[in-house]
Amino acid sequence: MENFQFILPEVFISITIMLFLLIGVFKKNSANLIYNLSAISLVILLALILNLSSLDATYLFNNSYLIDNLSNYMKLILVGSGIFVMLIGSKYIQVINLNKIEYPILILSSILGMMIMISSNDLIVFYMGLELQSLALYVLASFNRDNLLSTESGLKYFVLSALSSGLLLYGCSLIYGFSESTNFDQILINSTEFNYGTTFGIVFILVGLAFKISAVPFHMWAPDVYQGSPTSVTLFFAILPKIAALSVFIKFLYTPFANMNDQWQTIIVFISIASMIFGAVAAIGQKNLKRLIAYSSISHMGYALAGLATVSNQGIQSSITYITIYLVMNLAFFSCLFMLKRDDKYYENIEDLSGLSKKHPILSFSLLIVLFSLAGIPPLAGFFAKFYVFLAVIEQSMYFLAIVGLLGTVVAAFYYLRIIKIIYFDPEKKEYETSHNLGLKITLAISTIFILAYFIYPSGITEIVSKITMI
Amino acid sequence: MNFPILSSLILLPTLGALFILFTKSSSEKYKSAKYVGLFISLANFILSLYLWLVFDKNSVDFQFVENREWLSGFINYKVGIDGISILFIILTTFITPICIISVNATITTRLKDFLIAILVMETFMIGVFCSLDLVVFYLFFEAGLIPMFLIIGIWGGERRVYSAFKFFLYTLLGSVLMLVAIISIYWITGTTDVEKLYELGIQTEYQNLLWLAFFCSFAVKTPMWPVHTWLPDAHVEAPTVGSVLLAAILLKMAGYGFIRFSLGLFPIASENFTILVYILSLIAIIYTSLVALMQEDMKKLIAYSSVAHMGFVTLGIFTMTQQGIEGSIFQMISHGLVSAALFLSVGVVYERHHTRLINKYGGLVSIMPRYAIVFMVFTLGALGLPGTTGFIGEFLILMGAFEKNILVAMIASLGVILGAAYMLWLFKRVVFGEITNQELKSMKDLKTFEIITLTALVIPILFFGFYPEPLMNSIEVSVQNTLNMYNFDLINNLASKD
Repeated sequence: MENFQFILPEVFISITIMLFLLIGVFKKNSANLIYNLSAISLVILLALILNLSSLDATYLFNNSYLIDNLSNYMKLILVGSGIFVMLIGSKYIQVINLNKIEYPILILSSILGMMIMISSNDLIVFYMGLELQSLALYVLASFNRDNLLSTESGLKYFVLSALSSGLLLYGCSLIYGFSESTNFDQILINSTEFNYGTTFGIVFILVGLAFKISAVPFHMWAPDVYQGSPTSVTLFFAILPKIAALSVFIKFLYTPFANMNDQWQTIIVFISIASMIFGAVAAIGQKNLKRLIAYSSISHMGYALAGLATVSNQGIQSSITYITIYLVMNLAFFSCLFMLKRDDKYYENIEDLSGLSKKHPILSFSLLIVLFSLAGIPPLAGFFAKFYVFLAVIEQSMYFLAIVGLLGTVVAAFYYLRIIKIIYFDPEKKEYETSHNLGLKITLAISTIFILAYFIYPSGITEIVSKITMI
Repeated sequence: MNFPILSSLILLPTLGALFILFTKSSSEKYKSAKYVGLFISLANFILSLYLWLVFDKNSVDFQFVENREWLSGFINYKVGIDGISILFIILTTFITPICIISVNATITTRLKDFLIAILVMETFMIGVFCSLDLVVFYLFFEAGLIPMFLIIGIWGGERRVYSAFKFFLYTLLGSVLMLVAIISIYWITGTTDVEKLYELGIQTEYQNLLWLAFFCSFAVKTPMWPVHTWLPDAHVEAPTVGSVLLAAILLKMAGYGFIRFSLGLFPIASENFTILVYILSLIAIIYTSLVALMQEDMKKLIAYSSVAHMGFVTLGIFTMTQQGIEGSIFQMISHGLVSAALFLSVGVVYERHHTRLINKYGGLVSIMPRYAIVFMVFTLGALGLPGTTGFIGEFLILMGAFEKNILVAMIASLGVILGAAYMLWLFKRVVFGEITNQELKSMKDLKTFEIITLTALVIPILFFGFYPEPLMNSIEVSVQNTLNMYNFDLINNLASKD
């Protein structure tokens, strides 16, 4: 019982979810109330996790659950971005009439699932967390059920995700069969010798995880789901599952499979290169901003995985830094997207941005900064994210990966520049409504300033990250 | 005195830009914003002149060095200057106020944004010339793409989108390889501090590849043949002020990079690749001069002449002689002044007559006598007449080339003749002759602000043409030092082979 405080955040959020469900059922028209309460409970959750950050690493539940600095950091950025996601999506949900009690509850349960994934130290616990987050995400994707695209995206995500979960489970069973345990540390101890069973197990598990992180060649769901889902859900998709999946990647590769890095390194390098190139090339022809950001996130995940492919502490750090900066850039991008509103309709095509800079100089400037940062142009935050990754990659003399990755940024720069061209060089269209949503404005301001001023004190994040990854 | 004078030089323009961004100045065509910009850039110019004054010209060390912890302990923010960089800094701070004064002639929309772009650009350009850490250098080098992309794209001509994209992607593609090289240097030697790298040296086996990676970036930016094609497009479509910035300062970043990094860090590789640079430079000099002869658009002609002039610069640098390198630096400064002046002169007639086609002009001398005079000075400066800065640069470069390779020097000398041909022919067609186009008669001679900017450029071109001593003094010791280090490394390398 003395370890209860470690599991407190998870327990708190579980109880909250059930409580909100009850309130929702018994109190009529409580959608707004629950939405606000959920946001507040996320803030409390954040405080509870912060409270743990000074404590030593602890194993719970018979070594199947691990609370350490790394998992705490990942949970912090997870919940932190969850708060912002709820903050900037609140108005959108009301305008397109999706303000139902299930929406915030599904978000909370998905976050709970991700937290379990992040902390899991056992295949079964991990799978439980994964399914909890996925089930919530299927429903969220098709939440706008009167919309054909949204329904399609939910169904598509469900079918493909179920397939990948099946592969993943098969991999887990292979691993269990050959290493006689489901516990990560035990697997590490039992898998010192090479055998094909474990190798196949690793491949299947990596396939499942690559699907969740939408890395090439398991990315096919991403563009459709991103485009079809309501924008606030797209934002959720673009950030939170990525954080969870990346930290699971780190966990799998560096705990149970740490001895077999010669088996999985080539796979990760391939996935990483394929994602960087495909994401960059496929985004060029896109017309829809949400679809475009889907491809862009595919290529960004390629860069984050490149850090992991190095099999070094530096590499893990660079990946974590990358995902942190990536989430801020996405928050900023989507805040801009939420501002493109006119007569209760949100606009999401690239053409709708035409000549935006004449009537909305501040919004356009923020977009400019965000897009250049996504393209990785110095001195913006996105450059530093890529810089750390390549620092780690070149340390291991993986020059091919580095050069392909950097050429990928040049291709990617083209489509980001195309958006900037449309915003700044093209003739203007009708004016959009000035947003009075304070949460949206604050998020946009904070994230833009973060991106713009990152170079002044770049060691802040890297120092934290290097502390948490010290093993 | 520990006042961070270089950082103030770097930051001052950005502060000015922020000030303009946050002040409301809707009335009178943003006049107040312009005065703020002018004031800031002039203050920066005076600050840089002060820097030149207190700068110790006889010291080989980097001066005014600032070293601050920056990237979690392993990469420092380090700036400092030697005799070479200070000239480029002064060139930058000198050209910027001229650009800001010329703004009202060409820019009619979004003046405020334009001023901000120019000032931010100045920050990056000064940063390039005084950074003493490879990562910091890369940061400034690349960051300059953003404001320039916007300057071409927003305020440019008809094909501005194409040109802006070409400019951005070409230079970005060149630069990413340099980033790989910089990170490799960090892992090979454990530092990216230029001064430390000068002492440590880089192992011979890595030098060739690293040199090539840096070369890709600098060759695109210089630009050298065959990757020069972005330059004519960018120049033609950019607004006059954009062309001035591009020609006068942006192109010099690469020449500076060659001296500071290619020669300084990879001496053995530089020796190995000398022939390559010679060939590319000679092609640039001869081929682009011929291309310039055939141009019908004035801006395009000057753009191609820039490529030819930069060919002289790269040739001079890789002669590895005192005269050659000094000549190259002098030529870069001279070209910075002359090409800026030529683009402004084209801007003057373009603003009045709205065409850049040479055959629409003719006989301007009888309508605009003052303009004809200044334009003549700049033309002579461009073709390298004795008494202008252009002569001294080209003369020294050819001297250096003769010392190393007579054939190369002879071919390069042909370029001087071709340069005279296209410049004089341009001058003849535009200024002399009968007035065939009757619309020209309504054109007015130079306005006050044009007189101010053009005279400001005439003075240094003639002054340093007759009396180059102040500039030469400043670079002599630093060039000597660079060459000494270079020769020392080469001899060591030969000795280790035996």
